[in-house]
Amino acid sequence: MRGTRLLHIYTWIIILWLSSPIAVMILFGFNDKKSKSNTSWQGFTLRWYAELFDISDLTVALRNSLVIAAVSTIITVVIGTMLGLAIGRHRFRGKGVTNFLVFAAISTPELVMGASLLSLFVSGNVPRDANTIIVSHVLFSLSFVVVTVRARIVTLDPSLEEAARDLGATAWGTFRQVTLPSIMPGVMAGAMLSFALSIDDYVVTSFVNGSTVTFPLWIVGAVKTGIPPQVNVMGTLIFGIGVLIAIGNAVAARRRT
Amino acid sequence: MRRLTPYLLALPSWMWLAIFLVVPMAAMASVSLQTGNAIDGFAMTFSFSNYSDALGRYSTQLVRSLLYGGLATVAMLVIGYPVAYWIAFKGGTRKSVYLFLLLLPFFVSFVLRTISWNFLLSDNGILFGTLKGWGLLPEDFHVLATTVAVVGGLTYNFLPFMILPIYVSLERVDPRVIEAAQDLYATRTAAFRRVVLPLSLPGVFAGVLMTFVPATADPINAQILGGTANTMIGNIIQTEYLTNLNYPTASALSFTLMAVLLVGIFIYARALGTENVLEAAAR
Amino acid sequence: MNHPMLRSRRDFFRVAGFSAAGLALAACGVQGQKAAPPKADAVKDFWAKQTKHGKVVFANWPEYMPADKAPLEKFKQATGISYEYKEVIQENAEFFGKADPVLRAGQSLGYDIVVMTNGVQLQHMIELGYVTPLDHSQLPNFEANAGQKYKERAYDPGNKYTVPYTSGVTGIAYNTKFVNEDITSIESLFDPKYKGHVGMMADAQEIANFGMFALGIAPEKSTEADWKKAGEKLKAQRDAGIVRKYYDQNYIDAVSKGDVWLTMAWSGDVFQRQLAGEPVKFVVPEEGGTIWTDNMLIPKNAANPVDALMLMDYLYQPAVAAELDEFIQYVTPVPAVQDLLREKAKAAKGKDKKALEEMIDSPLMFPTEADYAKLHNYTQLTTQQEQVFNPIFQSITQA
Repeated sequence: MRGTRLLHIYTWIIILWLSSPIAVMILFGFNDKKSKSNTSWQGFTLRWYAELFDISDLTVALRNSLVIAAVSTIITVVIGTMLGLAIGRHRFRGKGVTNFLVFAAISTPELVMGASLLSLFVSGNVPRDANTIIVSHVLFSLSFVVVTVRARIVTLDPSLEEAARDLGATAWGTFRQVTLPSIMPGVMAGAMLSFALSIDDYVVTSFVNGSTVTFPLWIVGAVKTGIPPQVNVMGTLIFGIGVLIAIGNAVAARRRT
Repeated sequence: MRRLTPYLLALPSWMWLAIFLVVPMAAMASVSLQTGNAIDGFAMTFSFSNYSDALGRYSTQLVRSLLYGGLATVAMLVIGYPVAYWIAFKGGTRKSVYLFLLLLPFFVSFVLRTISWNFLLSDNGILFGTLKGWGLLPEDFHVLATTVAVVGGLTYNFLPFMILPIYVSLERVDPRVIEAAQDLYATRTAAFRRVVLPLSLPGVFAGVLMTFVPATADPINAQILGGTANTMIGNIIQTEYLTNLNYPTASALSFTLMAVLLVGIFIYARALGTENVLEAAAR
Repeated sequence: MNHPMLRSRRDFFRVAGFSAAGLALAACGVQGQKAAPPKADAVKDFWAKQTKHGKVVFANWPEYMPADKAPLEKFKQATGISYEYKEVIQENAEFFGKADPVLRAGQSLGYDIVVMTNGVQLQHMIELGYVTPLDHSQLPNFEANAGQKYKERAYDPGNKYTVPYTSGVTGIAYNTKFVNEDITSIESLFDPKYKGHVGMMADAQEIANFGMFALGIAPEKSTEADWKKAGEKLKAQRDAGIVRKYYDQNYIDAVSKGDVWLTMAWSGDVFQRQLAGEPVKFVVPEEGGTIWTDNMLIPKNAANPVDALMLMDYLYQPAVAAELDEFIQYVTPVPAVQDLLREKAKAAKGKDKKALEEMIDSPLMFPTEADYAKLHNYTQLTTQQEQVFNPIFQSITQA
């Protein structure tokens, strides 16, 4: 049992390591800075929380990012899970090509993907806006969902589904009551990865955004003159809300047991 | 109907990949064989020498990228596997909470994470400055602008992509199977090696695929954390494309990179003993 | 057919088959766009046909306009032209990469004014005919108020295509905690004493200029032989381990924290850090420094060129320019701003007064004549020259 406890501590160390830059980000959201640059500590203030929405373009950018990440995650998870099921559960013509394309989508350098998508949209006369961003985010997240769902499916025993069908369940009933619950961890993991990929993407978005600005885009541009602390505050809120959701889940899970 | 199922399941993704990946890729393949410049225009000359020229000029950066990507992937596997293992078997009702916490830092923009890392790892900063003050580190010690920083940055940024798929495949393993194995093989190590590890291989494969490939192609970590001799192939593609407007060379380099990665995955899949190589690519 | 390699090879060819179809699509190549210089009457004819639409779309960098957009609001009141202001430009290279296919296809970017730094991308925009020539008869404020320096820029003689938005200087920044001397010469960047603590810029044009200043070469008149000499000088600097890193933008954090002790730097960045009380100093080396400018231009196929021209000109009213410069804190192309800010400082009190006074006295916002005399533009390159120039310096910064 000693090994288990060590691993428990180890897991928390890794979580803290991954979160350590977030601590700095949160801290500088309270910095009473005197000039545009927000890099050295100059005193404590809550000003930036009060003025959180004063930079209207930044607020819009954050909202765009959240909407785009949510919509693209939903689309990706649905079609990616379907493809994962097809590859993991069935034999069909074109499976090899499909696998190859899934791999190709991961290995395409972001810049190349962004530039070639833009050429495609331009030649097809498609106006660039939030929709083209969503389409592109689905494209680069898709493989991650497929691969994750697939890694789950191949560990499952297909006889369970057969049993369900033998007992008279419809195809849809079997999927909903047997298959879906058992692949759920893979689907959820895929969803989280795809949300993280979308909300943090800069390169591909910068090509296909038209005049729609997302949170990362706005920040990269602001680096030139100094990132305002409101950005830190928004990051803090995203993180804080995430932690609250996590705590809520943990509490709810404890109640259930 | 049952025979149609896989096709119906695959159809939306096929359409997505065909329109938004295959068509642009084909156009890019064409560009990679053209010659000319952005001002006077490019013409199709089927000059395959674009490939050999690009490779000749940038083989150092290509090899370096594979090396860094490989090192980071090994590091991620070593660091990430125990985390995935613990969450899968001991996470109890809070499994999803742990996973969420692992990913949460990545919901906040990479620019903010990078600035923070630069702050934390600064030569005279909160960490090294203090240690230097205590005389525990030599005055000239630094991490930023070194190979260690670049590989470390890649490891940090892609770690969740290693942990999640391993977790997903391990979570399926019934803890009782392990208990039984421990009874059977007497030692924990043997039980792990003979039972748990093989069951987690699909997850490991997925994790390696999802980390090695993007880490090798990544330009950002080298750009921000590297020094004077850490340029990776992603940086070169960026410069050739955006600064030099040398679209043929940039396209040729991208295809070369993708081909090399594909071959790497082939070899890896064979080493794992997977029956069908390309099929394994999706595991 | 069940052998794994065989199967996968067949799959591979199937994908290749797809690609061949696409190849046929794109086989005709990317068309050349080289634009002949516009004839004077063509420009006149173009403008004669344009009318005011009461609307303008302005694409700019973030933090280049006060949050309340007061200058644009006043413009709206004065002219009745409504505006859309978009902070969509993050980087010149990326912006060009994005604009190129759109303009090449003869479509509109959707912006009437775009701000770009002078440099290869702006030059490509002009060469490719992506920029609408300006009608100077509609730019009275620019004619009256722009400083002479901003009317004679080598990259756009006679302001045919662009007018400056704001300027900055590339010089040397150093951290006074680690550097115990007054830096005056560019040679300090090559001094083995600072081994491992020198920052240089990754941009080919920026670093080339500094290599040439060190050798006493004026970049505007430089030749291929000069570039090679500068390249050797910079390569020796790298090989001796003097350079820690070739930076894009984050050099400023590095120097203010002491990761690098001295570095090539942009004036505005350093000024910000000084206001924050960080121990950094900026100097234009006696051998020379680089002046760069962010320029306003009207992209080809813009929907509202007349309104765009009116806004450009409006921003050249001294009062408006002063308001902008107080926020941006780079170098304004309108010299009268310094006096306006001085008057404002007299009326101001406390913290505001002090901040204003620091701005007025700062050579980083208002370079003196002596400063200007040392400042050079980037090297002007033709497309052919670029193919020689870029590899010389990129092979150093991207080894």
